[in-house]
Amino acid sequence: MDIVVCIKRVPATDSAIKIAADGKSIDPTGVQFELNAYDEYALEQALRIKEQLGAGSVTIVTLGPKESKKQLDDCLARGADKSVLLLTTDWAYDGASTAAALAAWIKTVPCNLVLCGRQAVDSDNNQLPANLAARLGFACVTEVQKLVLENGVFTAERDIEGAREVVTCKTPAVISCNKGLNEPRYANLKGIMAAKKKPFVEVPTQLGPRAMEIVSLTLPAARAAGRIIGTGADAVPALIAALRNEAKAL
Amino acid sequence: MSNIVVIAEVRGGVCKRPSFEVITAALQLAAASGAKVTAIACGAGLDAACAELGKSGAHKVLAIDGASFANYSGDAYAKAIADQCKALAASAVLMAHTAMGKDLLPRVSALLDTGIITDVVAVSFEGGAFGAKKPVFAGKATMTVRATKSPFCASVRPNNFPAAGGGSGAEVQKLAAPGGDLLAVVKEIIAAAGGKTPLQEAKVVIAGGRGMKEPQHFKLIEDLAAAFGPGVAAVAASRAVVDAGWRPHSEQVGQTGKVVSPPLYFAIGISGAIQHLAGMRTARTIVAINKDADAPIFKVADFGIVGDAFEIVPALTKAIAEVVKNK
Repeated sequence: MDIVVCIKRVPATDSAIKIAADGKSIDPTGVQFELNAYDEYALEQALRIKEQLGAGSVTIVTLGPKESKKQLDDCLARGADKSVLLLTTDWAYDGASTAAALAAWIKTVPCNLVLCGRQAVDSDNNQLPANLAARLGFACVTEVQKLVLENGVFTAERDIEGAREVVTCKTPAVISCNKGLNEPRYANLKGIMAAKKKPFVEVPTQLGPRAMEIVSLTLPAARAAGRIIGTGADAVPALIAALRNEAKAL
Repeated sequence: MSNIVVIAEVRGGVCKRPSFEVITAALQLAAASGAKVTAIACGAGLDAACAELGKSGAHKVLAIDGASFANYSGDAYAKAIADQCKALAASAVLMAHTAMGKDLLPRVSALLDTGIITDVVAVSFEGGAFGAKKPVFAGKATMTVRATKSPFCASVRPNNFPAAGGGSGAEVQKLAAPGGDLLAVVKEIIAAAGGKTPLQEAKVVIAGGRGMKEPQHFKLIEDLAAAFGPGVAAVAASRAVVDAGWRPHSEQVGQTGKVVSPPLYFAIGISGAIQHLAGMRTARTIVAINKDADAPIFKVADFGIVGDAFEIVPALTKAIAEVVKNK
C-alpha cells in the first residue's frame, strides 16, 4: 500500500501568540515550531500499516515554507521512506486552496491511502482531510481513534457526541487521526542517520486564488482579574454565595 | 431571492440542538443579505425532525429521506446536499461544528468548489460579502475573514448562538434519498456508557488535573459533577492526566483536546498551562481550586480557593447538592 501522510509545521502548543505589525498574521519572533501533534498519530499509523503488510511505502508531504524540512526530516528519522515539500511562503490558513494544492499533487503519485492529523493546531480548521477526500473521490473517515486493517478493509472508530461510530471503508481512502489512536514512536540515532540518505523533493507551489481573505487577527480581551475567596474547605460557603449572588451561576 | 442553506443534523430521528443554533446564525445573515433560509435534513423517517425544523423560523425545509440514508454517510450526504445547494443557487451553506459537521461540510464545500471557514463564533454580511470570526491557536487569537468566493461555507461552534424556535411552520418538501454504493459505511453506533453528558454540551464542566495525585481520586470530581443532577455537569481532564493514562482523551480540555465554553467551569488541581487555558478561557465563570496560590490558573479564574482539593472538593460537593436540592 502506498501511503501519503500530510503534515504541518505549527507553532509549539506552549507558545504565547503575538500579532505581527500587519495585524493579519502572527509575529514569529521567539516562537518555536514543531510537528503538528495530531500528525504524529498519522505518521505512526502509516508506519504500522506498512509493517503489518510487510510492503508498500510511506511518503510525507507538507505545504509550507523552507523551514518545514526540519519536520519532514523528523518524520524520515522515525521511519518514513521519502519526503516532499510543496514549497510556498503563503500561510496556508485557507482550507480550499490548501486542499486543492495537496489534491493536485497527490494525483501525480501512486497513493492508496492518505493519513492526516485531525486538525492543525494553528488554524484549527479540522476540514482538510474531508475536503481532500471529496476532491480526490476517495472514501473518508475523520477523527479516528481506533483503526484495524483486515483483508483490505479498514474498520475505524470515531467519537461522535455521546457515542462512537464504527465505519468501514476500502482504499483509496483518506483517514484523519485523533489522539488516542496509537502511541507515536520517536526517532533514534540510527533513524536520524538513515534519514540523511532518504529522498527529499522540493516542489515550488503556487496556492490558487483564496476563497477567504483575512481581515484581521486579534488577541482576545484579557479576562478581568478574579479573586481568591479564601483557604481550605472553610471557604466553600463564601464560594457558593459568590457563585449565586455575583456570577448568578447557580 | 437567494437562499441560505442550513444543513440540519438528524440522529435517531431527532434534529440536534446545535442545528437550531445554526438557524439563528442563518436568519441573521438572511436578514442582512435579503435571503431566505432553507434547512436541509438527510436521513430515514424525517417527519418528526422536519416538523421541528418547520417551527424554527426557517422559511423552507427540504427532507432527503430514504432507507439508504438511515445512517450517516459523508460521501452520499455530501453529494445529495451539494446538488440541492446548486439547484437553490445557495449564497451561503452553514452547519454546526459537530462530529458530523466537521466531516460533512468540508466535502460539500469541495463539491461546490468554494472555500470553507470552520468553528465560527460570529457571522456577518457587510458590503456585499459574507464574513466570520473564528478562534485560532485554540483561542489564543481570533481571526476575522471575508469570503471572496461563493457560496460562503461556515461551520458554527455549538453553544454560541441561542437555538431558533417559535416559527409558525414552514413548507416541508420531500425528496427521495438516492441509492447507490457508499464509499464508507457506518456499521454500528455504540452509545457511551451511563448516558454521560457530552463535554461540549454540558452547562457545568468539572476538570481535574495532576493535583488529584492518583487516577482513583477522580471519584471526587465525578461526585461533584453528579451533585449538579443528571445531564448538567461533565467531567474533564488536563493534558497531563490524559497523557498519564488516568482519563480518556475524550475528556481532555485544551489545545490538543476540546475547547469548551460552558456557563460554569471548575479547574481542580490544574496549574493552568497555556495549552489548558486556551481550551477554557471563554467559560463564563471560572472557579479554581489549587494548593499553590501562585498557580497561573488563578489569573483567569473569577473565584479561587487555595488549599487541599481532597478537603475542599467533598465540602463543595455537599454544598452544591444542598443548593440543587433546594432549587
